[in-house]
Amino acid sequence: MSNLISIRDLTKSYERGKQKVEVLHGLTLDIPKGDFVALMGPSGSGKTTLLNLIGGLDQPSSGEISIDGKRIDRFSSAELTRWRASNVGFVFQFYNLMPVLTAEGNVELPLLLTKLSAARRRENVAIALSVVGLAERAKHKPRELSGGQEQRVAIARAIVSDPTLLVCDEPTGDLDRKTADEILTLLQTLNREHGKTIVMVTHDPRAAEYAKRTLHLDKGQLAEQAAH
Amino acid sequence: MTKTGFVLANLFRKKTRTILTLLSVIMAFLLFGLLQAVNVVFNAGADFVGATRLVTQARVSFTQSLPLRILPELEAVPGVDKVMYQQWFGGVIGENTQIFAFAVEPARIHAVYPEYIMPDAQWKAFADTRTGAIVGRLLANQYGWKVGDKLPLNSNIFPKKDGSKTWGFDIVGIFDGKDEQWQNQTNQVLINFDYFNEANQFGSGAAGIYVLKLANSDAAQQVADTIDAKYENSPDETKTQTEKDWSLGFVKQIGDIGLMVRWILFAVFFTLLLVVGNTMAQSMRERVPELAVLKTLGFSDGSVLGFVLAESIALCALGGLIGLSIATGLGIVIKKFAGAVMPLTVSGPVWVAGLIAIIVLSLAVGLLPALRAQRLKIVDALAGR
Ligand SMILES: Nc1ncnc2c1ncn2[C@@H]1O[C@H](COP(=O)(O)OP(=O)(O)OP(=O)(O)O)[C@@H](O)[C@H]1O
Ligand SMILES: [Mg+2]
Repeated sequence: MSNLISIRDLTKSYERGKQKVEVLHGLTLDIPKGDFVALMGPSGSGKTTLLNLIGGLDQPSSGEISIDGKRIDRFSSAELTRWRASNVGFVFQFYNLMPVLTAEGNVELPLLLTKLSAARRRENVAIALSVVGLAERAKHKPRELSGGQEQRVAIARAIVSDPTLLVCDEPTGDLDRKTADEILTLLQTLNREHGKTIVMVTHDPRAAEYAKRTLHLDKGQLAEQAAH
Repeated sequence: MTKTGFVLANLFRKKTRTILTLLSVIMAFLLFGLLQAVNVVFNAGADFVGATRLVTQARVSFTQSLPLRILPELEAVPGVDKVMYQQWFGGVIGENTQIFAFAVEPARIHAVYPEYIMPDAQWKAFADTRTGAIVGRLLANQYGWKVGDKLPLNSNIFPKKDGSKTWGFDIVGIFDGKDEQWQNQTNQVLINFDYFNEANQFGSGAAGIYVLKLANSDAAQQVADTIDAKYENSPDETKTQTEKDWSLGFVKQIGDIGLMVRWILFAVFFTLLLVVGNTMAQSMRERVPELAVLKTLGFSDGSVLGFVLAESIALCALGGLIGLSIATGLGIVIKKFAGAVMPLTVSGPVWVAGLIAIIVLSLAVGLLPALRAQRLKIVDALAGR
């Protein structure tokens, strides 16, 4: 299988006042198309930092990141923004939905960036909501939904523009066991049946078991790889 | 859903806060509309009167009278076409409601002020009826006076020969203005000078001011100089100026309304700036993660700036347009019921100034939060840094 994500000698450092803190030290990693990778590691090890770089939310200090053959480390921030819109879906721990919009509105939001007609947008939104099993909650505002339902809306929003890559930062970190299992099963389905490549940060070994393999990050370096 | 829908949904995320802010914007623009209209009323006297008329008054003050015997002398000054004179009657109706009332000679005011429109028959009736009075349209509308009515007008200055201050007149005509600005001047009663002069106890044969219609407006300065020079060092020294300057001077007696209006509006808008600015800033702070998500989804820095600015424009425009509309409506009501005192019209220029104020306010309160939203870094905002 060809690699969707290919990372070479990636470093990332932050300036803290005058001090420069290197968070990732020369990381090299390949993730094939259709993979489902769990990224684990102690707090502060740089998981979110790595995920943000893969998702094009931030730019590396040095090294290469190519995704689907594109060197996104060379992209300007405006190019990254445009690239994200059609290539990556994001799922966060706290769902990050727009409280003023209904489930439907939240899912439609990314489509406002496309040239799709209103009718086509509605159609795509309906499909995405039914994939996550929330078709009948379309008109509900986030505060009228449970945490699990909110996360489903967030996942629908992430897949509505049909990106190849999903990046998820502790998507079940705020959910109970049962709900977390449902969300993870949903992600697994998206991976297996819809061909999405998924990179998921998690603290929970049981969550990691839903992935095809687990990477361990420690102090900015990949430690070992375990295949399931 | 559309981008506009999203902006409006965000605007009303905290309904109470937005409505309270909206109310203060509405109030400010209501005040803005009305005060600007008042300003226009007080400055109107100056802008539309031509330079074809001069006003001659006593040099000391316009409250001092000039004798009637100078009338033929003024008429004889080269360049003067027609002359009228008027005396302030000190008109009151009812207990103590002041009314602008002047004693004039009908034929002369008709000749000097063609801007006042009235059927010929009524002009004739005014000239022929000793106790006749003509009433301006605004005043007539306000009090519901019609031709043929008794006009219960008395004077708080001039008693009659029998010592009573009860006069009473017969309404023989209602005059209008030739255009909107002149219509705003129809807030006066005009009575017959001859009757007034004979019947009042002082019987002085004096006029408050003379109004001179010129054959040619270019000669205005020259004619004025000639007249004032002629009466210099006489017991009746004069001051002659164009009608426009005279009106301005008259308004200045009341105080510089324009300056007052500007200060009040400055205070109001300064307060508004703080109120709306605070609302915008607060609503932006609450929403930092949401703005970061927008960027995550692929909205550019520029479009996030646009969302925030659009919200501030929507808030100011909504409040501003409602406020100006209420002011316009109130102006119509005020003009209908008290047009004689305050011929208010929230006119085109007031609206233009209002729209400019809306734009300036939107930018003043929206630009800073919008720029902050534009500069927001996704990773920091998501991590709550
Ligand atoms: N913008 C930043 N400025 C300064 N330091 C940062 C910044 N972002 C991350 N860091 C630091 O980099 C290190 C790694 O952060 P990161 O968020 O990637 O960790 P993490 O593995 O996701 O941790 P957690 O499990 O707690 O989410 C931390 O020490 C953090 O303080
Ligand atoms: Mg993290």
